[in-house]
Amino acid sequence: MSETAFAMTGGRVSFEGKPVLRGIDLTVRPGEVVALLGANGSGKSTLVRALLGLTPLSGGTTLVYGSPPARFRDWWRIGYVPQRLHVGGGVPASVREVVASGRIARQSRFRRTSAADRAAVASALEAVRLADREGDPVQSLSGGQQQRVLIARALAGEPDTYVMDEPTAGVDAETQNLLAETLSALVLDGKTVVLVAHELGPLESIITRGVVIREGRIVHDGRPPRPEGDCARPGHQHQHPHAAVEPGAGPLTGWQGDPR
Amino acid sequence: MIIELLQEELFQLALIAALLVGLCAPAVGTFIVQRRLSLLGDGIGHVALTGVALGFLTGTAPVLTAVIVSVLGAVAIELVRARGRTSGDVALALLFYGGIAGGVMLMGIAPGGSTTKLNSYLFGAIASVTPEDIWIIAALAAAVIAVVVIFGRELFVLCQDEEMARASGLPVRFLSLLIAVTAALTVVIAMRVVGLLLVSALMVIPVATSQQLTRGFRTTMVLAMLFGVLASVGGLLASTYSAKVPPGAAIVLLALAGFVLALVVGRFVRRGRTQESPLSERHKLRVKEVA
Repeated sequence: MSETAFAMTGGRVSFEGKPVLRGIDLTVRPGEVVALLGANGSGKSTLVRALLGLTPLSGGTTLVYGSPPARFRDWWRIGYVPQRLHVGGGVPASVREVVASGRIARQSRFRRTSAADRAAVASALEAVRLADREGDPVQSLSGGQQQRVLIARALAGEPDTYVMDEPTAGVDAETQNLLAETLSALVLDGKTVVLVAHELGPLESIITRGVVIREGRIVHDGRPPRPEGDCARPGHQHQHPHAAVEPGAGPLTGWQGDPR
Repeated sequence: MIIELLQEELFQLALIAALLVGLCAPAVGTFIVQRRLSLLGDGIGHVALTGVALGFLTGTAPVLTAVIVSVLGAVAIELVRARGRTSGDVALALLFYGGIAGGVMLMGIAPGGSTTKLNSYLFGAIASVTPEDIWIIAALAAAVIAVVVIFGRELFVLCQDEEMARASGLPVRFLSLLIAVTAALTVVIAMRVVGLLLVSALMVIPVATSQQLTRGFRTTMVLAMLFGVLASVGGLLASTYSAKVPPGAAIVLLALAGFVLALVVGRFVRRGRTQESPLSERHKLRVKEVA
């Protein structure tokens, strides 16, 4: 079994004829903490969805632990944190029920909930500090708390690789710090993380690799671009240091180093 | 009075049917409502009418042919749903009209058949349930409950967030078909009790009632099943006391009355539960401003 979490070569995606990803080569090795950065509409969310096989490729190939997504079987190795919590058609679901559903890839159909399941769910709830809300319907939580439920759901599955789509978008500072804390612990544990971010905020220190997407192409791949000097001022339009590599690339709007 | 009733075979059969319907319809309904497919039952009900008429035409038990046709209909509906958006809506509508028109047409052609016979299927005729019907209904109900018990955990994830289900490696297409087929079986179970036109009511109303009072998915389902049984048995009793009361309509009206009651009670329950909510609401706004 391949230990490379994700390997995409020449990945292309188009929606209704409009290209969104234009040939992405990206390999994510175990233990890496990769941030996919870029402006809105740059294709970074599409890229994570394509990595997971949720959005089909119109060209190129992608592998999840060595298998094409359609033939991948060990989904318990992946913990996906979508952008938003979907709560279906109005039937309430408790925080515990949603977090416990993160175990689904580890549970066979005829096996009832085990002690290990319960322990994993309890520690996931503990990690995001929602243990006291476990009986509440997720619909009643704030946006930041719902984001924590999503993270707890991924944690409950005890995966090897976490894939997070904008986990920091629109959440309160407390949740951002909590996320940074949680991720640091995962990284120490040797877990692999791929996350999409508009801005890194408190996550900056744990990112090992920054991949900047622009108009469906990777324009920077390496050390996470850090805002320095003038660029560190909040609200500064970040001038990309690698702009010279791609002539005429212009300022990278959207990824703004905004140290908190 | 009830003791006397219980000794009558006709009433026994009707009671068993009512109990099974009351249990099954809301159980499946909880998933259907969560999946935003509240009208699926109606659609299948329309298609099932063709199945019933086919039974009369071919001289087989209408319940059996209804099972076959409504399962096929449910699979077709699911395939159309999974395929696309806007055109799917119209395709579904066409399927429903075809189902009703096909039923009425086949019934007219059937030897000795008349559309008045369809009435007992459209609006239910629990008093005319035969032992043979009960065996079929019981078998279908067992299948429905088995699906809920065995696949409940996966169906919960699917109905909550289909994308999440896919990213968890669940067999999304299979589960989607499974829930549609289970809904079809439920429609046939409920057909004799509340009628095809009101089948969906028993799948949706008890769930809507229950969710006014609950905080979790599982409790919603269990409470909805309780409400379903109360409504179906209550409606049956009402129609037994007065021959003028049609059982199907009585069951649905009882369920609706329960919903209105739960709406009022639920408002009080929730108000008591979230005393601090105005404050946290303000806090959320402030956070948004900062961000």
